[in-house]
Amino acid sequence: MVREVVAKKITETVKNLCLEAATNLPEDVLEALNKALAKEESPTGREILRQLISNAKIAWRDKLPLCQDTGAAVVFLELGQDVRIIEGTLAEAVNEGVSRGYHAGFLRKSMVADPLKRKNTEDNTPAILHTEIVPGENIRIRLLAKGGGAENCSAIRMFTPSAKKEEIENFIIETVEKSGPNACPPIIVGIGIGGTFDYAPILAKKALMREIGKHNSEKDTAEWEKELIEKINKTGIGPMGLGGRITALAVQIEKYPCHISSLPVAINIECQAHRYKEATI
Amino acid sequence: MPKNYIRLKPPVSDKEVKALKAGDEVLISGKIYTARDAAHRLFGKKPPFDIKGAILYYASPTPAKPGSVIGSIGPTTATRMDQFLPALLKLGLKITIGKGCRGEEAKAAMKKNKAVYLVVPGGAAALLSKHVKKATVIAFSELGPEAVLELEVVDFPALVAIDSKGADLFELGRNKYKIK
Repeated sequence: MVREVVAKKITETVKNLCLEAATNLPEDVLEALNKALAKEESPTGREILRQLISNAKIAWRDKLPLCQDTGAAVVFLELGQDVRIIEGTLAEAVNEGVSRGYHAGFLRKSMVADPLKRKNTEDNTPAILHTEIVPGENIRIRLLAKGGGAENCSAIRMFTPSAKKEEIENFIIETVEKSGPNACPPIIVGIGIGGTFDYAPILAKKALMREIGKHNSEKDTAEWEKELIEKINKTGIGPMGLGGRITALAVQIEKYPCHISSLPVAINIECQAHRYKEATI
Repeated sequence: MPKNYIRLKPPVSDKEVKALKAGDEVLISGKIYTARDAAHRLFGKKPPFDIKGAILYYASPTPAKPGSVIGSIGPTTATRMDQFLPALLKLGLKITIGKGCRGEEAKAAMKKNKAVYLVVPGGAAALLSKHVKKATVIAFSELGPEAVLELEVVDFPALVAIDSKGADLFELGRNKYKIK
């Protein structure tokens, strides 16, 4: 059986996800901020966390963007192989949704058409679209409104197979330390290990889209996530980088098989205004 | 507990700036200006506002909804503007507001010209927008969100991160909470 989905249904869904993401901080992120407030010892750090929580409430109440950087629209779209899109094309439908969402919500248009000439496209398109064909007859759309400040702090390193766990840890801690206050801590650290040079950062970004506080399903990876957050929180960077106990709200690792010669490690840094939403058509 | 806020009304004097210490909390009321990367590149010899004693906010807001004066307006990363800072300080700029630390050259220039750097929480943009009462594009409207704005703010809250003697709250705070 083939299920037909009209392209404008995708447009409508993406539009709504953009609007929702910009103004409504996900429950798990808000909960992580509240937990951080309970643990933070620095008075300045606590004051900042209180302001961030209050900001989330104001944003939700007044339908105002949480952050003025309403992000690049990163879209992970899983297309069921039994779906046929009619009356339009997939990428156009997604971009049209982004354009409408960013206009309707009075969100900031932050995309430039050419990375060197830097002319704004004025509707926040194109989206960064990752498409995957999966079994079934649904379309699952996950949107991450990704701010530029934290994205700039991300990194990839091609380790080789004999690299020690300690070396990988050092790279992760170094990346967090280098980003310091610029990534708008407390941050979320998405780590992708494995795949190829192109695939590891996608894993890292997918890791960010996991619910905050949920660990990797593999026991030793989950343990490593816990160890890493402890180490990151020892750096003292703290909320907004002004010193404190809470530098990261979560560390989330995703892995994938890789070549016998390789061990890519990608780190995608995310700010505390972690805006991700999903919907299924 | 009532806090001891220091009130600032631009243009600020040398004396006011020198009295600010890293860690002080301030409330700003009056006219401040916004600019980020693209606008700085267009400044040329002189920015399009009176820079003597001015306060410059590294920010570009979301568009205002009908009936609102401004959208959300949080800070952007200040280090990106470090390269432009020494020249502006020479012209009389006294206070910059952003998020994140500053580079060594920018810090040295601030010390030399007796200027300070304030921070506001990155991502607290909805909350900060409540302190903006008026916003006017005064230059480079072609830059869209990156145009230069004159903002009329009331009790805009900020924290002194780097003072005119070079004390840096990022270093102080981090060293205090770092666990070896």
